[in-house]
Amino acid sequence: MEQQFDQHISRQFNQELEMLRQDVMAMGGVAEEMVRDSIAALIDCDTAKAQRVIDLDDEVNEMEKEIDEQSSMILARRHPTASDLRLVLAIIKTVNDLERIGDEAERIARMAVRLADVDRPRGNFHELEAMGETVRRMLREALDGFARLLPETAVNLFQEDEKVDIEYENLLRQYYTYLVEEPRNTRRVLDCIWIARSLERIGDHAKNIGEYIVYLVEGKDMRHASREEIKKSLSDRSD
Amino acid sequence: MNTTTESKDPIPVSAGSFQSGRNRLRIENEDICIETRNLNLYYGKDQALKNINMQIPHNRVTAFIGPSGCGKSTLLRCFNRMNDLIDICRIEGEILIDDQDIQAKEVDVAEHRRRVGMVFQKPNPFPKSIFENVAYGLRLQGVNDKRKLSEVVENSLRAAALWDEVKDRLDDNAFGLSGGQQQRLVIARAIAIEPEVVLLDEPCSALDPISTAKVEELIIELKEKYTIVIVTHNMQQAARVSDFTAYMYMGELIEFEDTAHLFTNPSQQATEDYITGRYG
Repeated sequence: MEQQFDQHISRQFNQELEMLRQDVMAMGGVAEEMVRDSIAALIDCDTAKAQRVIDLDDEVNEMEKEIDEQSSMILARRHPTASDLRLVLAIIKTVNDLERIGDEAERIARMAVRLADVDRPRGNFHELEAMGETVRRMLREALDGFARLLPETAVNLFQEDEKVDIEYENLLRQYYTYLVEEPRNTRRVLDCIWIARSLERIGDHAKNIGEYIVYLVEGKDMRHASREEIKKSLSDRSD
Repeated sequence: MNTTTESKDPIPVSAGSFQSGRNRLRIENEDICIETRNLNLYYGKDQALKNINMQIPHNRVTAFIGPSGCGKSTLLRCFNRMNDLIDICRIEGEILIDDQDIQAKEVDVAEHRRRVGMVFQKPNPFPKSIFENVAYGLRLQGVNDKRKLSEVVENSLRAAALWDEVKDRLDDNAFGLSGGQQQRLVIARAIAIEPEVVLLDEPCSALDPISTAKVEELIIELKEKYTIVIVTHNMQQAARVSDFTAYMYMGELIEFEDTAHLFTNPSQQATEDYITGRYG
C-alpha cells in the first residue's frame, strides 16, 4: 500500500508529521557525522575532532527527548491510526537506536583521545577504519531507507550486519593474539576491543532501524526474524 | 520475615507467563449470528447497499464505520426490518440470523424485533416512570406479576449500569434523567426482553465524554450475553469497543476485519485513507 504522509485533510497534521520526519533525519545526520568523525579522530590523532564528537552526544540526547515529546503530543492529540500510527511508533523506536549510536560514537571518541597519547600500531588502526566505514554506510542506508520508505533496506542491512558480526569475531581473535604476544600494549589493545565492540553495536542499531522500516511500510514485526523470514515477508507482499 | 530475606527472594516469574498480546480474531473461527448474502437495497431507483456479503459473530461487538451516506445505518436497520416502514425500499438477497431468513413471509416482525433490539442516536424514553420504561416490553408480552417485573427491571438496570443512580427514584419520570442516563435507560429497556442481538445506531453521538465512557463500558459488558452491532461516526469509539469493524463506502462493504488489525494495518487503501483522515 502506498504511504504518503502529506495527504491528510488536516494540513496541520501533515505539517506535524513532516516536521517529525525531518527531525529524525536531522538526528540521524548528526549520529552519522559522529560515527564518521570518531573514527577519523582515531586515525588522524585529532583530539579536537574527538572532543566535538563528545560534545555532539549531548545534542543527540536532546534531539531524542524532543522527538519523543513531539511523538507523544501527536499520539495524545491526533490519535493516529494505521500507517500514521506505525510511523510515530517507528520513529519512537528509531530515535532510541540513534541515541545509542551517538553513545557508541562518543565512547569511540573518548578512546581516540586516550589513544592519541600512546604509540600507534603499525597498521594505524586500519582494521577499525574499515569496519567504521562499513557501519557508517549501514547507518546511511538505514536513514535513506527510512526517508524513502524502502522495506528492502532491511534485507541489505541484515546481510551487512552479519558481515560486521563476522568481522568483529575476526578482530577479537586478532586482538587476543596481540594481548598474548605484546603484553606491553595491553591497554591499547583493550581499547581497540572496546572500539570494535562499539562499531559492532552500531551495526546492530542500523539493522534495527531497517526492521522498523518494514514495520512502518508493511505493518509486520520483523524483530528477531531471520534474513529468510524478512525476505519471504517482503516477497509475499508483491504477490 | 525480615527485609533481607525478602530481597533475596526472586520475584516469581514462570516461563511463558509473559502475555504476548492478543491473537488476531478471525471470522472463520467465530460462531456466526447474522449473515447477509448478496444483499442489495434500493430506495426507489437509488441503490443504497451493493451486494453486501458479511458474517457477524455471536457475542462480539461489530462496528460499522464509514462516511455519511455510506449505507451503514441502512444495513443496521435491515437486521430488525426497520426498512419495512419505508415504502420505496426494496431489498434483494438474504439476511440470515441463526441461519433463518428474517425476510421470509412467515416471520412475525414484532417477534423478530423482540429478538433483535435497537437503540437509536437520540435517547427515546417513553413519557413514563423509569420503572415502567424498562417494564414496558414485558407488559406488552402480558407479564404483569409485580415481583417478576421488579426483578427484571432491577436486573436490566444493573446490566445497563444505571441501577445505583436510579434505584431510589424508580417512579420518577424518565425525562428527568440526563441524556447519558436516558440512553442507558433505553438500553436497559432493550435488554429487559432478553433479545439475542442489540443494534446500536450512533448511541453516543448526543452524549458527553463521561456518559460515552459509561455506555462504551456497558457495550463491552453486554457482549457476554448479546451480539452487539454498532454504527458509529466516531472511529476511536469503534476502535475502543468493537472486536470486528466493517468499513463501508458508497453502499459497498470495503473491508471487514478484526478491529485491532483494521486500525493498525488495514488491507485496503480506501480504509487507510478514511481512518487516517486523508482525502482518498
